[in-house]
Amino acid sequence: MISSRPRRLTVILTVLIAIFMLMPLLAVVPVSFTPKRFLSVPTGELSLRHYRTLIEDREWIEGIWLSLRIGVLSAAFSTALATFFSLGIWMFRPRFAGVLMGLALLPMVAPPVVSALTLYFFLITLSNFNGIVAYDTMFGVALAHSVMIVPFAVVLVSVSLAQVDRRMDLAARAMGAGLGTRIFKVILPNIKFGVIAAFLLTFVLSWEEIAVTIFITSVDAVTLPRLMWQGLRDNIDPAIAAISVVLILIVIVVVVGKTVVQKLMKKRRAAPHG
Amino acid sequence: MARRFRPMILLAPLLAFLSLAYVLPFAGVVGWSVTLPEPGLQNYKAALADPLVLSVFWRTLRICVIVTLISVAMAYFLALLWVRGSPLVRMLTELCILIPFWISVLTRAFGWLALLSNRGILNKWLEAAGLLDDPLRLVRNEFGVTVGMIHFMVPFAVFPLASAMRMVDERVLMAARGMGAGRARVFLQVFVPMTAAGILGAILLVFVFAIGFFITPAILGGGRSVMVAELIYLRIFQSPDWGLAAAISVILMLAVSALLSLLLKQIRPGAEK
Repeated sequence: MISSRPRRLTVILTVLIAIFMLMPLLAVVPVSFTPKRFLSVPTGELSLRHYRTLIEDREWIEGIWLSLRIGVLSAAFSTALATFFSLGIWMFRPRFAGVLMGLALLPMVAPPVVSALTLYFFLITLSNFNGIVAYDTMFGVALAHSVMIVPFAVVLVSVSLAQVDRRMDLAARAMGAGLGTRIFKVILPNIKFGVIAAFLLTFVLSWEEIAVTIFITSVDAVTLPRLMWQGLRDNIDPAIAAISVVLILIVIVVVVGKTVVQKLMKKRRAAPHG
Repeated sequence: MARRFRPMILLAPLLAFLSLAYVLPFAGVVGWSVTLPEPGLQNYKAALADPLVLSVFWRTLRICVIVTLISVAMAYFLALLWVRGSPLVRMLTELCILIPFWISVLTRAFGWLALLSNRGILNKWLEAAGLLDDPLRLVRNEFGVTVGMIHFMVPFAVFPLASAMRMVDERVLMAARGMGAGRARVFLQVFVPMTAAGILGAILLVFVFAIGFFITPAILGGGRSVMVAELIYLRIFQSPDWGLAAAISVILMLAVSALLSLLLKQIRPGAEK
């Protein structure tokens, strides 16, 4: 085993690659403290003005608030649809299950820009009939995000269903449980972590969705990523550096926290009792 | 009788939703491609003959090939340490993979701007060190796009590679060692071939992702090195030619479908038999 551990040259190369992976994330930090109004590296004086923008500027607050609402709406909607769909596939194993699954995963594998154009078509068509679920509205964006994120929920829920013992469901059915009882009292309690994970993942995916959002919004439904996109294209607004630092910190806390907790749990499980 | 329709109660909501909100509108986009501005196939003819569109296709292909090769190579090293390193190394590598993975594409593109742009950190350092008079142009061109895309793709390439490496049977490597093969030979002639399926999977995955990539090229290319996805965006919102944009989308969808069917065969080699 030891003999096949990676050697020094491999380790040096990998360290360089790791630096490459982390460098752009670190580069954001100094830029966010610049006192100037354009992208620049501060020399001497540091300033928190761009962080103040985030909590004082209406634009940013509204963008964050809108993204949160759209995230919760689309994550709840798509997780519910995906859970029932995965249950249907798992409980009844319909003919053409492969084709149905392929259809459900389609928005995940299609090029994002093609999905974006497709959803643009969808929403401008809807705009002809109503003004609530339409182009450049909160509900329109939530619906479009749901299309994009529902495949990920299907994958997560199906994976956790694959670990459930089918005989449990058969026993419930043999004892006369109806469809509702089987789903809500027998199966769902066994996959609740999968469903929660699907909700969280789809929320994150909606929260940071940008490719489709660019196509389906203009001035009213400006989500946080849309706001960042506008500030990145031409004159770069250093407030984006500040929001980036905040977002990176959140990810680091969650990922490091999760890794450490997992290591601790493993150690505790491996340790002898008492 | 009612029993047979039960699966539909569960399956129908999602299928109806995706049919209405995705499949039908895509048919609408296909419709645009053959009716705007007038019925006929002239948009497809234009897409495959117009020198501007062709140059964008060609650039997309070139960038995708470079990005795929470099990011899969980098991912191979990361996966190697992630699977076979000591526990501490494994944990550190995992963080280097997962932290960038979870950070949004906009933030990562912005990070490269902060690092590489004219007033960015690298140019400032080089100037301060007296090595440069004029800043190096590192973004808003093809170089910036390539670097940003490689950075985005590496974590995605790591996953199929790592799962292939986890399946390598340690005893085969020991047998090769026992029969006198050197370390380099065991690695190149035994280990790498045993992970070939993972390598091919990673290559196809990254290529499929890269070919329709939109955000990173749009930000780091700065409108100068337009790739195919950005061209679609420009033909919808900036110099409108909806029929052409729709035709390019359909072509892109077909190309990706062809690549994906290759990928599926790769994942399930037995499915053909």
